[in-house]
Amino acid sequence: MKKIIITVVGKDTVGIIAKVCTYLAENSINILDISQTIVSGYFNMMMIADMGKAGKEFGEVCDDLNKIGENIGVSVKCQKEEIFDSMHRI
Amino acid sequence: MINQFEVIETNKMVEEYNLDVRTITMGISLLDCIDSDLDKCCKKIHDKIYESAKDLVTTGEKIAKEYGVPIVNKRISVTPIALVGGACCKTPDDFVKIAQTLDGVAKEVGVNFLGGYSALVSKGTTPADELLMRSIPKALATTEFVCSSVNLGSTKTGINMDAVRLMGEIIKETAELTKDKDSLGCAKLVVFCNAPDDNPFMAGAFHGVTEADRIINVGVSGPGVVKKALEAVRGESFEVLCETIKKTAFKVTRVGQLVAKEASQMLGVPFGIVDLSLAPTPAIGDSVADILCEIGLEYAGAPGTTAALALLNDQVKKGGVMASSYVGGLSGAFIPVSEDQGMINAVTAGALTLEKLEAMTCVCSVGLDMIAIPGDTKATTISGIIADELAIGMINQKTTAVRLIPVVGKGVGETVEFGGLLGYAPIMPVNSFSCDAFVNRTGRIPAPIHSFKN
Repeated sequence: MKKIIITVVGKDTVGIIAKVCTYLAENSINILDISQTIVSGYFNMMMIADMGKAGKEFGEVCDDLNKIGENIGVSVKCQKEEIFDSMHRI
Repeated sequence: MINQFEVIETNKMVEEYNLDVRTITMGISLLDCIDSDLDKCCKKIHDKIYESAKDLVTTGEKIAKEYGVPIVNKRISVTPIALVGGACCKTPDDFVKIAQTLDGVAKEVGVNFLGGYSALVSKGTTPADELLMRSIPKALATTEFVCSSVNLGSTKTGINMDAVRLMGEIIKETAELTKDKDSLGCAKLVVFCNAPDDNPFMAGAFHGVTEADRIINVGVSGPGVVKKALEAVRGESFEVLCETIKKTAFKVTRVGQLVAKEASQMLGVPFGIVDLSLAPTPAIGDSVADILCEIGLEYAGAPGTTAALALLNDQVKKGGVMASSYVGGLSGAFIPVSEDQGMINAVTAGALTLEKLEAMTCVCSVGLDMIAIPGDTKATTISGIIADELAIGMINQKTTAVRLIPVVGKGVGETVEFGGLLGYAPIMPVNSFSCDAFVNRTGRIPAPIHSFKN
């Protein structure tokens, strides 16, 4: 399993989750968990996904998601899970 | 599983509070490049550094992308060049040629600094050490990326006062040779007491002779993150204050540990240490002085500053030590003047003097750092300041350093602009009473009594 964390921050609009999920499905990236909240008035979504079976490299997925974000006017960030694990878990 | 608030916290640290990994520094031993022929030696140095570090920058960029944490600098440290060039360098100019080789290969591999144009003379000076020291002004004036350091003393050996006297003159000469760039050469030159072998930060990084052939050392940062965390505990007790710093330092260091392990694995080079230092930059909000203000001081330099800094430094270590499997380097809070907007503000407001900075160096890493002084300061005065600072390190068994910039043609009240990470600085007044007779004594100061532990 290669867990990645995808975060989407921006103004809430129709279809944010749909667009990101479609991309993930097309690239065989399995979503494990989704949560969303509003932080300081901004839409904030986090997905934990597994890209163990993904056809693309991490860097490419990252760039693609950034572009999708730009098109809908939100910021999409994609990071490997370890950064959060090491910071918040002993 | 990781929850959303943890993710938001981490990303906020990066995006809003300037959390970054300050540097991945690859230490490379050049001991196997020693040759009696200068050209051959230079070629070996070039080839070894190039082969070792050609993927360093791209690896750093890849890791930064994967984790979403900026890695600001990728750097190289090498074996002190006085040891490497001793067999082939007969004049200071021969050493300058090695400096230029280092500069060339640093450019080729794309790092932004290369440290190790150094000599270790804490007890005595070899002819090669002296040639290297005398070559420093020209070496720094004719190169862009090379950093130089000289270890002038240690708790075990005492202080080499002959070398201290010489370095006062060398600093002046370096300032003179780079006067058209506001004496920038001196920003790349630091003198030490108890210099660590595995420091990843410039200008003082070198690859000690006790180190492996190649090694990855990482320096973390994060003053902005600590400051932000402390904003939430204003008015609380010292216990709460200290716990907050500790927890934040832990989190920041974990990022450094992760990056270090990853870089080590990708490059196939062993992981050395994580340096826990809180390293500021001139960016707003990335300031150690601002943390001191948040602890409760109007400006850094106000009464209470030394105590506040002492507790900050100690808590950073306590939080960081558990976060990394190997801790080393300097590991504390840096208090450079020009690289820290809060320090610059304190100097400009008249709150912070050279003498107070000296007191602050007793309780933090590293020393009198990036301080611009008038260009007409005498060489002996600079040597006197160096001796004072080294004495603090020697007696307290800690690293201390001096990086002073006597800015040629400028005086107190003027400012000097170095640009980039080096920032800008108001020129600070220096005590002008003479220490000539003291500095002109020859020989060395003996090791202190508490060094005899055997």
